[in-house]
Amino acid sequence: MLELRALSLHRAGRPVLNGIDLRIGAGEFVGLLGPNGAGKTTLLRAALGLLPARGHSSLAALSVRERAHAAAYMPQGREIAWPMPVEALVALGRIAHPHSAGSTDRAAIERAIDALHLDPLRHRRATELSGGEQARTLIARALAQETPLLIADEPIAGLDPAAQIEVMRLFRQLAEQGHAVLASLHDLGLAARHCTRLVMLHQGKIAADGPPEAVLTAGNLGRVFGITAHLVQGPGGLMFQPLDTLRGGAL
Amino acid sequence: MTAPRQPLLIAALSALVVALFLASLLIGPAGIGPGQSLAALLGRGDEMLTLVMRELRLPRAILGLLVGAALGMSGAVLQGFLRNPLAEPGLIGTSASAALGAVLAIQTGLSAAFPLGLPLAALAGAALSVLLVLALAGPRGGTLALILAGIAISALAGAGTSLVLNLSPNPFAANEIVFWMMGSLADRSMLHVGIAAPFMGLGFAALWPTRRALQALTLGEDAAASSGVHLGRLRLMLVAGIAALIGSATAVAGTVGFVGLVVPHVLRRAVGASPARLVPASALGGAATVLVADIAVRLIAPGRDLKLGVLTALVGAPFFLHLILKTRREGL
Repeated sequence: MLELRALSLHRAGRPVLNGIDLRIGAGEFVGLLGPNGAGKTTLLRAALGLLPARGHSSLAALSVRERAHAAAYMPQGREIAWPMPVEALVALGRIAHPHSAGSTDRAAIERAIDALHLDPLRHRRATELSGGEQARTLIARALAQETPLLIADEPIAGLDPAAQIEVMRLFRQLAEQGHAVLASLHDLGLAARHCTRLVMLHQGKIAADGPPEAVLTAGNLGRVFGITAHLVQGPGGLMFQPLDTLRGGAL
Repeated sequence: MTAPRQPLLIAALSALVVALFLASLLIGPAGIGPGQSLAALLGRGDEMLTLVMRELRLPRAILGLLVGAALGMSGAVLQGFLRNPLAEPGLIGTSASAALGAVLAIQTGLSAAFPLGLPLAALAGAALSVLLVLALAGPRGGTLALILAGIAISALAGAGTSLVLNLSPNPFAANEIVFWMMGSLADRSMLHVGIAAPFMGLGFAALWPTRRALQALTLGEDAAASSGVHLGRLRLMLVAGIAALIGSATAVAGTVGFVGLVVPHVLRRAVGASPARLVPASALGGAATVLVADIAVRLIAPGRDLKLGVLTALVGAPFFLHLILKTRREGL
């Protein structure tokens, strides 16, 4: 699905990504963790070939069209420039497909609209919707692309708890259906609960990679995030509660 | 939702353009009746009338149509690309550079010595601006680099024009330059049509296929690039297409402001805010607007040579303010 080998990127002489090796396969929901500035967005964009980087990325090596068939990307920030109807935005997932007005496309768009329960909103202007509804619209757009891999940059930032859980559960379902999902996340608790695997990024390098309980250890949290946390293995997975900063306040 | 309305909108705008094109042919100081005019156009009837129709009114109407469509389409494409409703085609520096070329042709006497000197010099200015913008913005430069390069080139070309006016030893040339820059379709010939039409054709052909990419850009550059839009190719097509359209429009009509800014604005709501659907609608809307304005300058002040660009700015600016206030109220 995605293979990165020795991916490196320098900006102003400083390494932002430093020899990233990562393989993601079908059925995985990978949470990309790391403090602000760790290089999460840069890693996702470089993997997609949106930023020139040294090393190998299986996606960046593809042509623009092939890449659009291999991976769908949801950038950070949920930009929607024009007050277009939800349905028209979801249809944007099909522009790399040669028969974009055809019935296969129509079916893909309808499946995406159904999966995100957007039918009642399909004629509404997306710019007038709530943050959660906009997030659902953009996820539907990415799903309509019908790619084996979905890459999302902070997909749950700024959403209410119910919407966050809904999105995480959907991504988990996609993984269970055989997709691969790679999402950068700041909510370590939700990441611990829903992701099948966590990758912790620290100063442009992978500091830890594995199942949630192996990555979210007191040692890693202290070293990478500078925090202490309460970790309990509960019935529904790992429970995580941040407690304090290590250095008496990082600020 | 808006899908069934789109063909209707295009049909209505097309009908309007056809009607205005005919009206433009029929209205003029010679005061010829409609039947007589059309007969003369087809070469029947008075030879003098045929000359008036074919050599004066027909080129004027064709240029009104082409220049308007070029301004409207460029405006819609640039607003879609920059995701900014305040963008106008002059932003990438083409119109100012084309104007500088024309001004130099007037100043050096090239335009007087050789009838096609002015439009060709304007086209050369436009072509130079495209190369400069693309070189300055760089191969992977983003939208911001493109706008900044365009603004720098506009400013430089504007300064060049001012310098020519400033140092002009000949008040008649300076006068001619000032009047030319106001924009007009009066006294144009089929030669002008012949110069503009091929570039317009190239420009329309370059911009027409960008519609899907513009649609995808609604969700930002990264989302568009990852869903199959080749951003580098898009930018090249867009800059070349807009430059061909605006360069040739400026070459034959001077500076006609506000059409490229206001027309996409007015039609955006009617196309459900879709940047792709806005492209053809805005081309037709631009053609209708310039045809109306060119008819209006003939009716408002016959014999006084009211300039087209003056009228479009005079009507366009207050109308634009009204739109901004309306948009602000609706939070659109």
